[in-house]
Amino acid sequence: MKKSERVAGNVASYIDDRTGAAGWAKKNLTKVFPDHWSFMLGEIALYSFIILLLSGTFLTFWFDPSQQEVIYNGSYAPLSHVSMSASYASTLHISFDVRGGLLMRQIHHWAALIFMAAIVVHLLRVFFTGAFRKPREANWLIGIGLLTLGIVEGFLGYSLPDDLLSGTGIRIAEAIIQAFPVVGSYLSYFAFGGAFPGHVFIPRIYIVHVLLLPGIFLALITVHLMLVWYQKHTQYPGPGRTEKNVVGYPLMPVYMAKAGGFFFIVFGVTAFLGAVASINPIWLYGPYTPGQISAGSQPDWYMGWLDGLVRMAPPLETHAFGHTISWNILIPGLILPGILFTGMALYPFIESWISGDTREHHLLDRPRNVPNRTALGAMSLSFMIIALANGGNDVIATHFHLTINGIMWFTRIGLFVVPPIVFVITKRICLSLQRADREIVLHGRETGRLVMTPSGEFLEVHEELTPEKKWTLTQHEQPAALAAPTEDAHGTRPKATLKGKLRARMSEANAEQVPAPTSSGAHELESGHH
Amino acid sequence: MSNEIKPFQDPGLPEHAHRKADVDAIAANRAERQVAILFLLSAVGTIGTIASYIFIDSKKFIFLPLLGDTNAQQLALGTGLAASLFFIGVAAVHWAKTLMPDNEVIAERHEFRSSDADREDFVATVKDRAGAAGLGRRSLIKRSMGVALGLIGLSPIVLLRDLGPLPKNDFATTNWAAGVRLVTDPGDRPIKPSDLEIGAVAQVLPALPEGTERTLENIGKDAVLLIRIRPEEFNLNAERLSWTHDGIIAFSKICTHMGCAVALYEQQTKHLLCPCHQSTFDVTRAAKVIFGPAARPLPQLALTLDADGYLVAKQGFTEPVGPSFWERNSS
Repeated sequence: MKKSERVAGNVASYIDDRTGAAGWAKKNLTKVFPDHWSFMLGEIALYSFIILLLSGTFLTFWFDPSQQEVIYNGSYAPLSHVSMSASYASTLHISFDVRGGLLMRQIHHWAALIFMAAIVVHLLRVFFTGAFRKPREANWLIGIGLLTLGIVEGFLGYSLPDDLLSGTGIRIAEAIIQAFPVVGSYLSYFAFGGAFPGHVFIPRIYIVHVLLLPGIFLALITVHLMLVWYQKHTQYPGPGRTEKNVVGYPLMPVYMAKAGGFFFIVFGVTAFLGAVASINPIWLYGPYTPGQISAGSQPDWYMGWLDGLVRMAPPLETHAFGHTISWNILIPGLILPGILFTGMALYPFIESWISGDTREHHLLDRPRNVPNRTALGAMSLSFMIIALANGGNDVIATHFHLTINGIMWFTRIGLFVVPPIVFVITKRICLSLQRADREIVLHGRETGRLVMTPSGEFLEVHEELTPEKKWTLTQHEQPAALAAPTEDAHGTRPKATLKGKLRARMSEANAEQVPAPTSSGAHELESGHH
Repeated sequence: MSNEIKPFQDPGLPEHAHRKADVDAIAANRAERQVAILFLLSAVGTIGTIASYIFIDSKKFIFLPLLGDTNAQQLALGTGLAASLFFIGVAAVHWAKTLMPDNEVIAERHEFRSSDADREDFVATVKDRAGAAGLGRRSLIKRSMGVALGLIGLSPIVLLRDLGPLPKNDFATTNWAAGVRLVTDPGDRPIKPSDLEIGAVAQVLPALPEGTERTLENIGKDAVLLIRIRPEEFNLNAERLSWTHDGIIAFSKICTHMGCAVALYEQQTKHLLCPCHQSTFDVTRAAKVIFGPAARPLPQLALTLDADGYLVAKQGFTEPVGPSFWERNSS
């Protein structure tokens, strides 16, 4: 036995003597993970989170989360002798007087943007492939929680430097708090320790940003991953892949090397962005004061849709009985996002209610085979994109020489008109793709090769698909509409409730599919009549 | 679900195709060398990072195409760090893809649902254990426990009370009052009408009593924009016109929508624009909202001159400045 093997054996038996972990470890080291590029999206989010923890810890060594007024005397000359908060001054110190400080700040900010982008794209992948279905509803809910907290965490993070841009963001957040009916002004005074901006806000959001929320993140991510581990990963349909198995590579060594290597790749790319791509140059904005502002004030992209909704809101306020309610803030800032996120969280339960499907699902859907879900996803996405576009209306107007008025009306109308159109178009595209699948399965692939028959007829040769390909294209189920309630033994039909009618109507819509090739159709193919 | 029998059968996992390195020792050795080179590139990156930390002047800026003026040390540190990380990743992935076994493995799944017997046992156990606690029989305990647990959440809420003072009437008050001088910001100098040319705009604040320090909280409510246009361009009612002085008009600078500084003044159109959400106010018509989500005009400050000829407030604001709040009692 080699020396290294003996050492490893000793360590293993030391641990196993005390935990009995050998059996568990043996099984899990060879755990199988299916391979697909789209499964890396969630990994990117996880790795960005680790990058955020590492780079964020570096920043805390110099960052001073205090709103104490100081006179800046660091090496950035344009702000010399300017009065500013200690948090802004220490951010300048990190950017100009700590070697690698600016790099770490930029890595931290880029990692935050990538974190949010990866979460969103991962969520889209999970949605469009139906990975949220039983038994994974809990993980869907955790994911929605992580997305929501991620938006808050990012906002608090870029608010910490206390520069003119971030302070303006906080001012807007204060206005939203202030707009709460009945308790708004109290909540604002409690949050800010008195009048805005006060001296306690930065220290308070600092502890939320570096301790409270990361702790919650860590807990939620742990549960998220444990569930993936325990329930085993979903897989795309294909030859040899069933609801009862999982096909892929073992954790050790292939997946360890690939996933571990991918962490370094993500970190390397983020570090490269931090090195060459300037982000949030706070020294250009100056310290925050409520009397000043810079043109083109924009939040980070994951807040942009919210800002876009606020920007397009009509100027509605109610003044009655000595009280004011700001619908222009409450509707776009609280009510609409609340409805959107609640709907998103409940979607798995709504879908299974409509389909009546209570079975476990481990094979993913090809989006085209579930036209209604795919269309709904595309529709929601178009809504968010329009809102996001209006969040940048000032920048779009100056870049493309458009009027802000035009953009506002375009997005106001578009917000209601475009999503239904996107729904219809997406659904038609899905059905067309189903038709194309059916066509290619029944008649083979067009080869572009023309032959002339002895009778002088020209024919294009069609090449039959491989059995693997045929299986992949036809393995899915096609849902039938739920049966209408029938008469019971006494001959009475259960009364059709509104809920029942809605469910029947939606299940009927789900059943609208291009019929998959039937055995008789396939038989026809085999006998050569096409 | 469709009852149609599937027309095609699952052909099962395709046969494993060998990679070049699996069958060709030369290709395998080449792959090994490639992985080694990638790992060494990472080492070079680390050495480069450390060298740039020590040897590059941290104050030196260089001009690069696309990037512009860039701090040389930050750039070198970043690219070195990026290379050291990136190449470890690429090496590991290349290793996995070329040399580690690529046989796909099939593992079985098991339904999560426990057997009916287990489930019934579980329910029976819960019932039995709950019965042992006697919750069902002892309703006094159940109710008092409900009261205790229901109330316990109140303490933390009460304990947070000292997060801040009560707002009282603060949202409705500013430091502006009759006779308070307008002073420049920065500089705190009083202003005469002759200091402002037609077309000029300036941020002003109320003069504070001697010895009072101006805070950001003050500025957040007191900031006022002073604008001078030709008097004949005003389109105001008699009262509001009397609040101006020889073409000089003053508005709260704090947006009535969400409190941003309404800082963009368009001299030609005489529009004030808030850069946050593009609410636009017409100066000639008492800051009437002509675009955007703001629901109310900017409050106007009544102006007059004091005995020394300096601009002063004729009275405080007649309505609260800034965004709306529940207790706000005026339209």
